[in-house]
Amino acid sequence: MTTVRARLSVPSSAATSRRALIVGGAVVAAVLFIVFRGQWTLPHDDDYGLFRTLNGIRDAVESNRSVLEPIRAGVAGLVGIFDQVLASLGWPGVIGAAAAIGLIFGGWRVALLAAVGFGILGSLGLWESSMAVLSMMLAAVLIALGIGLPLGIAAGRSQRLASALSPVLDFMQIMPTLAYLTPITLLFLIGVAPSVIATLIFAVPAAIRITALGIRGVPATIIEAARSLGATERQVLVKVLLPLSRRPVGLAINQTIMLALSMVVITSLIGAPGLGRNLQNALSKVDVGASFDAGLAIVILAIILDRLTYAAGEWADPRERAARSGPRWVTIGVALALVGIGLAIPLVADATTFPDTFAASFREPVNVAVEWFTDTFHAVTIGLKDVVTNLVLNPLESVLVTAPWWLVVAALTTVAWYVSGGRAAIIVSFCFAFIIGLGLWEHSMVTLANVVIGTLITLGIGLIVGILSARHDRFRAFLRPILDAAQTLPAFVYLIPALALFNPTRFTAIVAAVIYALPPVIRLVDVGIRGVSGTVIEAATASGATGRQVLWKVQLPMSRHALLLAANQGIVMVLSMVVIGALVGAGALGYDVITGFAQGKDFGKGLAAGIAIVLLGILLDRITQAAGARRQAGMETAG
Amino acid sequence: MTVAGGPVVPAAATSDGAATGGAAGASAAVTAAAVASAAGSPAIAVRDLWKIFGPAENKIIGTPDAELSASDVRLKTGSTVAVRAATFDVQPGEVFVVMGLSGSGKSTLVRCLTRLIEPTQGQVLLDGEDILKADAKRLRELRRRRFAMVFQHFGLLPHRRVIDNVAFGLEIRGEGKAERHRRAIEMLDLVGLDSHAWDYPDQLSGGMQQRVGLARALAVDPEVMLFDEPFSALDPLIRRDMQNEVLRLHHEVGKTMVFITHDLAEALKLGDHVAIMRAGSIVQIGRPEEIVGSPADDYVRDFVQDVPRSHVLTLRWVMREPRDDDPVDGPELPPDTVIRAAVHVASATESPIRVVEDGRLVGVVDRVQILAAIAGTEPDA
Amino acid sequence: MRHSTFGRGLALSLVALVLVAGCAQSSGSTAKPAESEGAGATAEASAGAGGGAEAATCQGSGDKGTVQLMINQWVGAEANVAVAACLLKQMGYDVKTNTLAEEVAWQGFSTGEVDVILENWGHPDLEQKYITDEKLAVDAGPMGVTGIIGWYVPGWMVEKYPDITDWNNLNKYADLFKTSESGDKGQFLGADPTFVQYDEALIANLGLDYKVVFSGSEAASITAFQQAEKNQTPLIGYFYDPQWLQNEIKLVQVKLPAWTEGCDADLKKVACDYPPYVLNKIVRAAWMDQGGDAVDFIKKFSWANSDQNEVADYITNGNMTAEEAAKKWIDAHPDTWKAWMPQG
Ligand SMILES: Nc1ncnc2c1ncn2[C@@H]1O[C@H](COP(=O)(O)OP(=O)(O)OP(=O)(O)O)[C@@H](O)[C@H]1O
Ligand SMILES: [Mg+2]
Repeated sequence: MTTVRARLSVPSSAATSRRALIVGGAVVAAVLFIVFRGQWTLPHDDDYGLFRTLNGIRDAVESNRSVLEPIRAGVAGLVGIFDQVLASLGWPGVIGAAAAIGLIFGGWRVALLAAVGFGILGSLGLWESSMAVLSMMLAAVLIALGIGLPLGIAAGRSQRLASALSPVLDFMQIMPTLAYLTPITLLFLIGVAPSVIATLIFAVPAAIRITALGIRGVPATIIEAARSLGATERQVLVKVLLPLSRRPVGLAINQTIMLALSMVVITSLIGAPGLGRNLQNALSKVDVGASFDAGLAIVILAIILDRLTYAAGEWADPRERAARSGPRWVTIGVALALVGIGLAIPLVADATTFPDTFAASFREPVNVAVEWFTDTFHAVTIGLKDVVTNLVLNPLESVLVTAPWWLVVAALTTVAWYVSGGRAAIIVSFCFAFIIGLGLWEHSMVTLANVVIGTLITLGIGLIVGILSARHDRFRAFLRPILDAAQTLPAFVYLIPALALFNPTRFTAIVAAVIYALPPVIRLVDVGIRGVSGTVIEAATASGATGRQVLWKVQLPMSRHALLLAANQGIVMVLSMVVIGALVGAGALGYDVITGFAQGKDFGKGLAAGIAIVLLGILLDRITQAAGARRQAGMETAG
Repeated sequence: MTVAGGPVVPAAATSDGAATGGAAGASAAVTAAAVASAAGSPAIAVRDLWKIFGPAENKIIGTPDAELSASDVRLKTGSTVAVRAATFDVQPGEVFVVMGLSGSGKSTLVRCLTRLIEPTQGQVLLDGEDILKADAKRLRELRRRRFAMVFQHFGLLPHRRVIDNVAFGLEIRGEGKAERHRRAIEMLDLVGLDSHAWDYPDQLSGGMQQRVGLARALAVDPEVMLFDEPFSALDPLIRRDMQNEVLRLHHEVGKTMVFITHDLAEALKLGDHVAIMRAGSIVQIGRPEEIVGSPADDYVRDFVQDVPRSHVLTLRWVMREPRDDDPVDGPELPPDTVIRAAVHVASATESPIRVVEDGRLVGVVDRVQILAAIAGTEPDA
Repeated sequence: MRHSTFGRGLALSLVALVLVAGCAQSSGSTAKPAESEGAGATAEASAGAGGGAEAATCQGSGDKGTVQLMINQWVGAEANVAVAACLLKQMGYDVKTNTLAEEVAWQGFSTGEVDVILENWGHPDLEQKYITDEKLAVDAGPMGVTGIIGWYVPGWMVEKYPDITDWNNLNKYADLFKTSESGDKGQFLGADPTFVQYDEALIANLGLDYKVVFSGSEAASITAFQQAEKNQTPLIGYFYDPQWLQNEIKLVQVKLPAWTEGCDADLKKVACDYPPYVLNKIVRAAWMDQGGDAVDFIKKFSWANSDQNEVADYITNGNMTAEEAAKKWIDAHPDTWKAWMPQG
């Protein structure tokens, strides 16, 4: 007993001295802030020298762009091939082929899902747009996997390559999607080819990471056993590593497809055809209903592709295949028949465009519903916006902007050092140095304030909903399709209602970011709380704890790691909406990025803003990531 | 004979090599041959083998640091001396057991034999050929035909059926499907799993899976089989089964075996010779009863103190010099009779047992000594 | 993050939903043909007046080559393109359209992906680069519409504060426009970043007590003005004409110091209103050199603000596709477009 108490007393005294340190630091910072407020600020200047230098780079690249022409032509050619295949199949052929693929891989349910899904795309009047998206996505996925799988395998086998790649992949994943459209158009101009390239850049990190993870997950004993039998490296790869990482590689392909799909839609901004363009047209007419149709088409495409790849992954397992009932030739026969019917229809009827007979649209009802909703709740939501903005957002932003820059840097570096140690502090101060060097201090501080508030709201809601979802299976089942849809639905769809509810303001951007970042946060919280081992909960219940006590004293503390991971994910995702947020009034860095993209004279500023966003991301990521790791380590040594 | 101190052998080798004379290339071969003859043609001869993990891998041997204890080396250099100057011979057809506590370097040692872990320094001679000098191709050839290994966690391929797991080594070396399936079935028959050929590994119990691992190793018909704690993941009853299985196979196929374990009973049961490792060093090598009968140091003594001595020690270890007044009507037994086996003989007669070797009386054992051995106390005490 | 049985439930509920919607729609779609018949009837009537012309089909052989028309991201531009595309198709051309941001669209001249920009809002820097320096593009003359950029307030405010339309009085009303975004100043809603604008300089140089808050996109600006009119909330901001919203709600322009030649030469010192933009057509030089009916047609293409607003209104508020709207306009205004067609 005494030893336990003695051991406990050590950290608690350390904790009090730490607390004193924090309080002292905060007091000092506050005093400095009051004294120096408004001095040593770094106000924004649109004519910063670096921006013009970057403009110069742009001109240099423009005059040498022809070097990249073969890449451009090659990618466009690849898309052309897919275009032609899909066009020559016609809508009956595509539906037949999708059903056949579904049948072979997954059975009649998947076949039906695929056929009905494609049918809906047609009846929404979005057949051509969907096919355009499909062929660009296929091209991007093909290239992304061509690069990502070999790199992933190599990174899975070589720790050195993995650590060399890691920061590059971090950069690619934190960089907001819209931010690299600017350099892409600089290199590859506009159209299908740059869109595919942007898409594959967006999707390839996941392919590499998941593949590497899968390869690394192959048990060392099995590899060793193969080596001990004299296997060559090639044999180890082909006979052991690849078959054993079949599942993660399948997941990598699946995720690559999903990410590519979401990006292809955004690339309509640089001239890609397809559903993204429908969305944009709807947006410029403030037609929520039309954008809902297009968004729905994207969700449906995502579901079909997800189910097909999932089924294909299962099918690739020979044991799974062997366990299927029914003779194989029947399945293949039916599949061939389906394709045959699809191809035969154009012979007897006109199949160039999808028939109007099945036309369906949600446009009207959605528009009516949204109008009713915004009219009814407008006053409440504007009030909410004003309260949050005036009480939280404005004060925070004003502190960050009016404080001397060195005070902000010192304070946040200290926080990083305190929470995550010296390494994190160094990285954080480097990020700040670069941001100052980029000449975007003020805009970065405004964006930082937005991101912080957005993350806090996301975590608040995510925690509550996640806890509810972890405690009630029914609620979880109800929530799941909503989260799935929210994750696949392009943000463009809910921007207009958000605008009508909150006007073009920073808060609107925060709302959009919260909607985007919530699903993964809710899921992580749910998984974390559910992951707490049953015996611990049993022990707590046995000692008379109420459900509430179990939650607060057992489940939440024990899932702390998952919760911190959720916070980290939340930050990264909120940040990735910074640019989209600028479309609805967030201003600051996101607005700079869009301007740079739209106005030649602001190219340099836009590029710098894109980099500044990444720096903010790294900075926030490092602080929270290290916090998670440290607490986790602490818990392990304590336990 | 087991060699406890290495330096003797290289000395013999050099003298022999010098006598023959010849080019540098030829002298290597001669040296190897000389070693083989000097050590009574061991299947495997290990000479001054080191393995150090960590940043200072190549900066320790030959410096004063090499004399430090493993934990001091780790503190000072951040590197781990996993195997330190190991030297031993494995005779053809014997079961050579390496045992020691967890982390003592057993797995590292056995992997160094086929360079699954690249040794830092030393020699591993297989029939006189230095494996450490083999190029990648030759090494693969050796692994494909002359060694086979059985692993603690089996290392089976979950996506292949049992038969294809057993045939994996043959597939690796490029044999045709019919031939390798024929051979695999044969091996499965040998380990009693022929009815499970078309199952997947996860449909088998742990013991059965390790039989598959065993069959896979046997399938390539190796000269030397290496076992790294093959049974420690199995429960005790299965384990005894498997030990008997290995003994049976050893009888039937007569392979040379190097067997790693941390279980002394297993070591004593299976081993013709046992090497005891501690913190990377081999502290004693000997026949099982030598280990139990005269532990080299406190570490080994600690190990063997709970061993029922009567099960391991032979009469040679407890007999006393014959005296003139000894009765001559006692029963006669050879000196390598295990004490336990002598108990019922001793209880059937009043007279002490006469230990006879080659028709010559070499010692006498009476009940006092037998009882003392069973009780675990020194007979003289 | 991803679940293996992703959206199975979602999929099923979607299928159900769509079936329901399909049924609902099929009753609606019976109304549709009737509507287009109505359009056909007016077309016939006007065709009769025009002298034997047939109703527009927007279809043709498509064998005279392809014309790539660029669509700006606003509906007026969609209206231009819809009408031009319909007529070009009837002339036997295949038409490809591409919706792009302005700056990006000019790049299309160097990739060959854009042949025609029908509505260019004076980009001197781009004209310098693509027309003068690189000779990739050519000015094909005015397209008839005059673009007006300016500061606008919703109609209800003018009724309540009649003198608000003079910039001299704006400081008096600054308090009215305060929002959570603008602090203690009045909020001025800035535009989509892709548009020509210098409101921050204007406000500073005119000594106005306002802060520019950027809407970030045209959709955001439109929504803001719609809400301001509907909820009678104060709003002042950057807007323009032609724009379909001008037909939907009443927006009144605020009078700024009048534009004179050269008053906007230095954008940092600018203190006058935006110039009227004589919108022009820009075409790709290589395409122009090819010659042919399509080139002649584009050169002659010219219509009025009211024409464009009519078509844009059909598209936005008349629940028509761009092509339907174009057909309706073509049927009703044969005199306008016949002048664009090749002679003989
Ligand atoms: N790849 C490696 N890198 C660094 N150190 C290693 C590595 N492999 C083993 N070691 C270290 O070498 C020492 C010997 O390890 P080894 O696995 O050979 O022990 P062992 O006797 O087989 O133990 P066990 O009975 O637990 O299997 C240990 O201290 C271990 O930490
Ligand atoms: Mg081991």
